[in-house]
Amino acid sequence: MRFESFADLLSMSGHGAFVWSAYGITLLVLVVNVVWPLLTIRQRLAGLRRADAPGVVEDP
Amino acid sequence: MWRWFHKLGSPRSFYLISNRLLPWLGAAAGLLLVVGAVWGLLFAPPDYQQGNSVRIMYIHVPASILAQSGYLLMATAGAIYLIWRIKLADIAMQCVAPLGASLTFLALVTGSIWGKPTWGTWWQWDARLTSTLVLLFLYLGVVALRSALEYRESAGRATAILALVGVVNLPIIKYSVDWWNTLHQPSSFSLTEKPAMPAEMWLPLLVMVIGFYCFFFTVWILRIRSEIIQRESGTEWVRGVAGS
Repeated sequence: MRFESFADLLSMSGHGAFVWSAYGITLLVLVVNVVWPLLTIRQRLAGLRRADAPGVVEDP
Repeated sequence: MWRWFHKLGSPRSFYLISNRLLPWLGAAAGLLLVVGAVWGLLFAPPDYQQGNSVRIMYIHVPASILAQSGYLLMATAGAIYLIWRIKLADIAMQCVAPLGASLTFLALVTGSIWGKPTWGTWWQWDARLTSTLVLLFLYLGVVALRSALEYRESAGRATAILALVGVVNLPIIKYSVDWWNTLHQPSSFSLTEKPAMPAEMWLPLLVMVIGFYCFFFTVWILRIRSEIIQRESGTEWVRGVAGS
C-alpha cells in the first residue's frame, strides 16, 4: 500500500482528480460495453419467444 | 484444418462453441481487471517525475493497445469476408467497430486527462494524438457506412474495403513517435525488448493489458452472438435457444 490514509489515497498528492476521473470514465465505458449486448440479446430472445407463443400470428 | 475452419464459420457452431468459452473469458477479464486496477492504483510506485498521475498509464496503455489490435482484427475479418464470403466474418467485422470506437475514445480521453498534469495541456495536434483521432473516425465511419447501406451484401463489402484502406493508419500511429517530433513519449513496452520500467510497474501493466484483451474478446463474442440471433432468427436452432 502506497498511501497512508484514505484521504491520502483520494488526493494522490494533487493528482487525485485526474487519476480518479480517468478510472471512473473507464469503468463507465467498460460497463456499458458489457451491459448493452447483454440487454440486446435478452430483448431479441424474448421477442422470439413471444413470436413463437401459441395463438400469436407472426407478421409476414 | 479446413473442416474446422468451416465449422467455426457457421453461425450455429460459433454460438455453441462460444457458449462454453464465454463464462471463462468473462471471469478472467473481471478478475484481471480488478487485480490490475487495485495493483496499479494502490500498490504500484509513483513515478519519480510524474508522481501519482502515472497510475493513469494502467488504463491508457491497454486501451490504446486494444484500440489498434481491434482495428487490425476488424480489417482481417473484412479481408476474410471479401475473399471467402464467410458470413460470420462479416458479422465479426461489424461487431468490432462500436467496441473499438469506445476503446479508442477511452485511449484519447485518458490520454488527455494524463496530459494535463504531465504536459500542461489537454490536447495537442501532434502526430500520435491526431492519428489516434483518425482511428476513432475510421471506426465511426465503419459504423455509419454499415447503417447507411440498405443491402447487407453491399454494406458488408463496402465496410470491409473501408476497414482495409484504413489499415494504413496503424503504422502511422505506431511510428508517429519516431517519425515526428511529438510530445508523446515513445513506447515503453514491447514484445521483444526488456521494459524500460521497473517490474513493480510493468507487471500490473501486463495484467491490465491481458485483462483488456479478455474483456475485448468477451464483449466481441457477446455482440456477435446478439447479431447471430438477429440474423438467424428464422431458423429452428435459434428458436430452440430462445425457447429453452
